[in-house]
Amino acid sequence: MTTGDRSSHGATLLDESVIRSTLDAALRRGGSFAEIFVEDRRSSSAYLDDGKVEELTSGHDRGAGVRVVVGETTGFAHTADLSPEGLSAAADAAAAAARGGGGGVRAVALTRRPTHNASTVRIFPSEVAKARKVELLQRADHAARASGPAIRQVAANYGDSRRRILVANSDGLLAEDQVVRTMFSVSVVASGDTGMQTGRESAGHTVGFELFDTYQVEQLATHAAERALTKLRARPAPSGSMPVVVGPGGGGVLFHEACGHGLEADLIAKSASVFAGRRGEMVASPLVTLIDDGTMAGEWGCFGIDDEGHPAARNVLIQDGVLTDYMWDHLRARKEGRPTSSNGRRQSYQHLPMVRMSNTVIANGAEDPADIIASTSWGVYVAQLGGGQVNTATGDFVFGMLEAYLIEDGKITEPLREGNLIGNGPQVLGDIDALGNDFAMGHPGTCGKDGQGVPVGDGTPTLRVTAMTIGGTAA
Amino acid sequence: MAELVDIAERVLGLARDNEQVEIYAVHDRETEVRAYGGEVESFSSAESQGVGVRVVVGGRQGFAWAGTLDADVLAETMADARDNAQFGTVDEHAGIAEPDGVEPALLELFDAALLDFATDKKIDLAIELERLTLAADSRIIGIESAEYVDTVHEYAIVSTAGIRRTGRETGCFVSVYTLAEENGETQNGFGWSVGRAPAELDIERCARESAERATRLLGAKKPSTERLTVVLTPWVTAQFLGILGSTLSGESVLKGRSLFADRLGDLVAPEFFTLVDDPTWRDSYTATTVDGEGLATRRNVLIGDGRIERFLHNAYTARRTGTRSTGSAVRGGFKSTPGVGPMSLQLVPGTATQPELVAGIDHGLLVQDVSGLHSGVNPVSGDFSTGAEGLMIRGGALAEPVRELTIASTIQKMLLDVVAIGGDVEWLPMSAAGVSMVVADITMSGA
Repeated sequence: MTTGDRSSHGATLLDESVIRSTLDAALRRGGSFAEIFVEDRRSSSAYLDDGKVEELTSGHDRGAGVRVVVGETTGFAHTADLSPEGLSAAADAAAAAARGGGGGVRAVALTRRPTHNASTVRIFPSEVAKARKVELLQRADHAARASGPAIRQVAANYGDSRRRILVANSDGLLAEDQVVRTMFSVSVVASGDTGMQTGRESAGHTVGFELFDTYQVEQLATHAAERALTKLRARPAPSGSMPVVVGPGGGGVLFHEACGHGLEADLIAKSASVFAGRRGEMVASPLVTLIDDGTMAGEWGCFGIDDEGHPAARNVLIQDGVLTDYMWDHLRARKEGRPTSSNGRRQSYQHLPMVRMSNTVIANGAEDPADIIASTSWGVYVAQLGGGQVNTATGDFVFGMLEAYLIEDGKITEPLREGNLIGNGPQVLGDIDALGNDFAMGHPGTCGKDGQGVPVGDGTPTLRVTAMTIGGTAA
Repeated sequence: MAELVDIAERVLGLARDNEQVEIYAVHDRETEVRAYGGEVESFSSAESQGVGVRVVVGGRQGFAWAGTLDADVLAETMADARDNAQFGTVDEHAGIAEPDGVEPALLELFDAALLDFATDKKIDLAIELERLTLAADSRIIGIESAEYVDTVHEYAIVSTAGIRRTGRETGCFVSVYTLAEENGETQNGFGWSVGRAPAELDIERCARESAERATRLLGAKKPSTERLTVVLTPWVTAQFLGILGSTLSGESVLKGRSLFADRLGDLVAPEFFTLVDDPTWRDSYTATTVDGEGLATRRNVLIGDGRIERFLHNAYTARRTGTRSTGSAVRGGFKSTPGVGPMSLQLVPGTATQPELVAGIDHGLLVQDVSGLHSGVNPVSGDFSTGAEGLMIRGGALAEPVRELTIASTIQKMLLDVVAIGGDVEWLPMSAAGVSMVVADITMSGA
């Protein structure tokens, strides 16, 4: 078995001579910047539902996207045809946006950057027998059903992918990367007198099949089942504004929505963010240090290079409550005359890159999480968050609670049914009054923006917000 | 187009005697123009093709896909699907769709005018959309995005069961996100217009409505918590219908994930509530004559006069249930096997306009938009909670704007609490039509 070795998995995705001729073609009608992005993605998945392995799926995607920048305009085209002719046609289409840009020929000298794989892959999933993947599903199914007779349905999903990319541009950059991802999830339905409830658990990392040395699928399944069973005896969530404590690893989605998106330079540039023009200002409680870190080995949002060819970076966005920087992609950074922060990402070769988060984390605090709960007389404890959504222009954001409890007199008491919480980003950041010392990463996520999904990670210690609005139905 | 079906037939030719094989081949073209600051911000021209291969042998199913139509890759994809089939659980109901004698509706969903629409005109549309939006109100300070998008979708489905269907559809839309500012506070609003060809697009209305939606929220405050009657705008109702539709899929019912599983024939809503899934309705943005397995789509009444009349089925769920497919196999492109779901939902409309509905409410909330439907609504338990913004209704008239609130109930209860359905049907860039709908006894959670 190899260790993150590119050479063992085939040669470069595209010859340098073809890269050069494609970039030349892209700039033939003018333009200040051209780029080719080549991607080869193989994936496999297996799905069990209703006690049956319904199907195994294999997928293969391969193609290239070409973009050309002329003045303020970006032209983009993509093709699944990686022949010199196919690429030349895509370059022509991208350059067609260069209306009246004036022609010109530019020789591009490419400098190949050393490849640095972000995560170490011990067992490439493609080399694991399919029967072993199927067996994981069945083990999860059995474990979930063994959790009690109220468990009525179990779905389990296994997925792996190997994504190889090559990026070259007219600035002379040439870089390649490979990221392997392996994930597993279990969804359970439990049924009781109060109707049906669901529970979910997942694990995913930028590693190979050795994921299952760290995670036992039985344990994931049992967790999912327990969540569903607990909610059978849950009461409706309260309504109105109250203190909210978010458990370790759970708060990442909160920051992702409360301020992560609002710190993306493309939204800043259009004044579509409440954080525009606030660099150097206090935008959060002094307890908060927010970091976006694409280098966290093994984490879901980790990569060697971003989708514009720049090495992953660790960027401090908020330091002790002060806004230090936004996140940048190539285009926005170039306009500002500053380096990119390596946050240029895209869903696939069929998409234009834009500013995206990677792994967004809150640095550890100092408090004992038990003290944070004990000092909360009344409120809600959210153990697992669902997804969220933000309106960056107003700062209003929501996130779901998949596992939550009441806090009464400093103790976690009754489980609550599902619902959304709503808050305003700048307000909530300022209202964080306690931060625990129990940092943990959350679940693997997919972040959606403008119709593109990219894998992201997040992590936080236990934290408390003095007031958020709980979207329940109880008084 | 002959080419696409020929390619699919060639792959089908690789099927062995004991195998059921279904080939779904797709060729999509898309143009997207984004305007900003009076110029083209980006122009994307996309062409993608691919194939999904489903093999069922001995009651086991395998699937593979490839994002290309290259001959060597197609053979490999077929081999992968065949290999994958060895690992599925034997299921006596597994299998591809059999032709059922229902002919697809005669519906022209392809408009050649879209192909003839010049690139420069697409650019002009996007730029004009931004200009009109900025001019709509002095408080409009900019846009987040203004775009024109068009798609040409071609597909072919062939199978060893004798299915052989091809089709092509065009669609286009414009949309704009507008930013309004007053007294240092920013609000935004969304506007859209959809059609089969650019001539059907109404950019004036798109610009005007996005500006209205943004400006009327200026000054919005967080309301206090209370129970009240809400008017869901067409945009919000359509999203609610999408969730409701998912609970009426035969797959959810079979697998014990539908809150309506045992309720066929039961009264679940008022008698004026009739929900139809009709992909043969031409005005629907997601209209299509053939489902994801090659069967004709048809009009299915899901809830008739308040009673659950039917669940949706594809070939597999129908076989397991002992009924016929309702032509409701849905595919998320060539990369997945057919699931079951609604394609074009609509409520049978009433006659009232939205102002008339509002006029009948003494104290309530007009819900302009919702957020977090994916995180706060659970279609299995029925728990419903979303972020929302809108305008209070006082004495039958729209009053002050409110934001940073949630609305909550359960799907079951909301259906029973529907008070009225408007006559203002609106087709949206999604698989459900919008219409104003009044729902009582919702918890509005705020301060």
